[in-house]
Amino acid sequence: MTTKDIVLDHVTIRFGPFTAVDNAHLTIKGGEFFSFLGPSGCGKTTLLRCVSGFSEPSEGRVLIGGNNMKGVGPNKRPTALIFQNLALFPLMSVADNIAFPLEVRGVGKKDRRKRADELLDMIALPGVGDKKVHELSGGQRQRVAIARALAVEPDILLLDEPLSALDLKLRHHMRSELRAIQQRVGLTFIYITHDQGEALTMSDRIAVMNSGIIEQIGDPETIYNKPKTAFVASFVGETNAIEGKVTAQDAGMVSVETPVGRLTGSAAGGRNYKPGDACILFIRPEQLVPGASSDGGNTIATERVKEEFEGNSRHLFLKANGLDLRLSRVNTGVKPDSETGGAVDVSFAADKAIVLPASALAGA
Amino acid sequence: MGALRRTFNGFASKHGLGVACFIGVAVLFWMIFLIALPQISMLDYSFRYNLPAAEVGGPNDVYTFANYGYFFQGNDGTFNGLDIGILVKTMVAAVFVTIIDILICYPIAFILAHSATGVSARLMVIGLIVPFWVNEILRAFAFRVLFGATGLINGIGLSTGLWDQPIDFIRADVALYSGLTYAYILLMIFPIFNAVEALDRNQIEAARDMGASWWRVHWRVVLPVAKPGIASGATMVFMLTAGALAAPQILGGPSNLWFTQLIYQWFNQSANWQRGSAYAVILLIVCIAFVLMMMRVFKVSIGEIGR
Repeated sequence: MTTKDIVLDHVTIRFGPFTAVDNAHLTIKGGEFFSFLGPSGCGKTTLLRCVSGFSEPSEGRVLIGGNNMKGVGPNKRPTALIFQNLALFPLMSVADNIAFPLEVRGVGKKDRRKRADELLDMIALPGVGDKKVHELSGGQRQRVAIARALAVEPDILLLDEPLSALDLKLRHHMRSELRAIQQRVGLTFIYITHDQGEALTMSDRIAVMNSGIIEQIGDPETIYNKPKTAFVASFVGETNAIEGKVTAQDAGMVSVETPVGRLTGSAAGGRNYKPGDACILFIRPEQLVPGASSDGGNTIATERVKEEFEGNSRHLFLKANGLDLRLSRVNTGVKPDSETGGAVDVSFAADKAIVLPASALAGA
Repeated sequence: MGALRRTFNGFASKHGLGVACFIGVAVLFWMIFLIALPQISMLDYSFRYNLPAAEVGGPNDVYTFANYGYFFQGNDGTFNGLDIGILVKTMVAAVFVTIIDILICYPIAFILAHSATGVSARLMVIGLIVPFWVNEILRAFAFRVLFGATGLINGIGLSTGLWDQPIDFIRADVALYSGLTYAYILLMIFPIFNAVEALDRNQIEAARDMGASWWRVHWRVVLPVAKPGIASGATMVFMLTAGALAAPQILGGPSNLWFTQLIYQWFNQSANWQRGSAYAVILLIVCIAFVLMMMRVFKVSIGEIGR
């Protein structure tokens, strides 16, 4: 166990009768890039504030480097928090902002300035130390906030949706930059986001949260390809959800009776279903292919509703017996003429579909 | 002038010519008849001799510095230590009252802006405002009752044995300072509140997170934001305290005069409006000069105060 490890030991946080975080129990390893992913109001920010020391758990313990953090204030923890709106001090210069944590620790003026300049070099913004914060662009402010958080070399950096205020292009750029900084400094990063793209591209591991409960913890591939709950399957990435009832299970494969016909998918996580169990079959838009299955497998007869062109990909919106489906494919530059008709069959491989017990979906 | 015309045209196009004219006329009336003309006539008075009515406009009615000269040298050409001393004492006391108000109001304004929520915030504001429904004279006398030799505070102190002789709070000016401090407390709280309310709470938490102690959070993060509010509150409290009349009259010690009482005496007891005007002008100039100097010292611009 290193000083950068964080253990959430059965942490529950309540506000009056409302349970914001319900029994979060996990270990974040030192040097890991760990994301909490969930919709707004799922309790992820509450959990982060609990780690940074702005609130205490109602039950359970928070351990950092093996030490119980109960009663230890935010100013005494080895964590640095980057706020959603960055919370840079507008009346101080950029250098004073970055050097503020050093000032707090009684570092002399000259040494502070030297360290601030070093950090400005690190974030590739040399020479802006004397500017005011409002003279910088959004991305530059972002990097200044990171530099300020790193100034006293904390063990753990906590980031509360720091990219949400940036425009799309900058956000994509900052993703790789954040990841690069994390690997360079080797700190534990805890990253809060509702943007699954951010979580998937940057994280070593992700915890998906929904209404205070951690639904699944895993690496990005596992989260995306092998979701454990209906919520995770529907929240992370685009997917088609087809509700139905189990008719039979043969080893890992489950047959499901759905409004669009009998379909087969794999039982996620080695689950066993009884015939008649309510379930949902999930199939990603990019796993649907136009045309009927050649070997008599999963085929759905649909009607074309519209097609959207998104540059690198095309999205085909379909309707099958009242159910909305979506098919995505990479743009090859040619518009396939098989997609011009009104009725179209789509199919998918059974091992690409996942069958999960019916429960609430994201955004439902 | 160009800026004024642009403002007028902007108003006219936004709200119509009628409204713009009304605002223009009202502002001009206010500026000219209620502010400029009385002050100018006061200024004019201050440079004239106090003549019997028959001689006004006669050959003896000429401009003179005699009234100002009296403030500095008295009748006999020696240093007028008494009046100058009273002015200095008034200024020092006003500064003192202003500082006490800042010390009291900054925490209240901060809590009001950042800690109090919903009902408690509204109760705090009501609790601050409602006492000011009681008029100034009554409030001053209430303080006299509170601080008098047989007043509430002496009563409590004597009966609990904290002190065995009644303390003369009036002579020690404690009653006066308390009364003045209390009289202008709202004028200090609300400007600071306005300034501090704009502060993003995350900045306070960020500073805490970076290890700052509470006093450093305030010194480095909150106070700079509050500064324009403090400056505008301090200006108002200082000006009004230096110009207060009722409170010094009622709460002041018998041997202690406030400069405004001196002015009042020239006007009313000596019926020397000319000299009274000169003294009032002196008070005004000294106050403005002092405020401008303090703004320079604390690096506050006039624009920030107006915000």
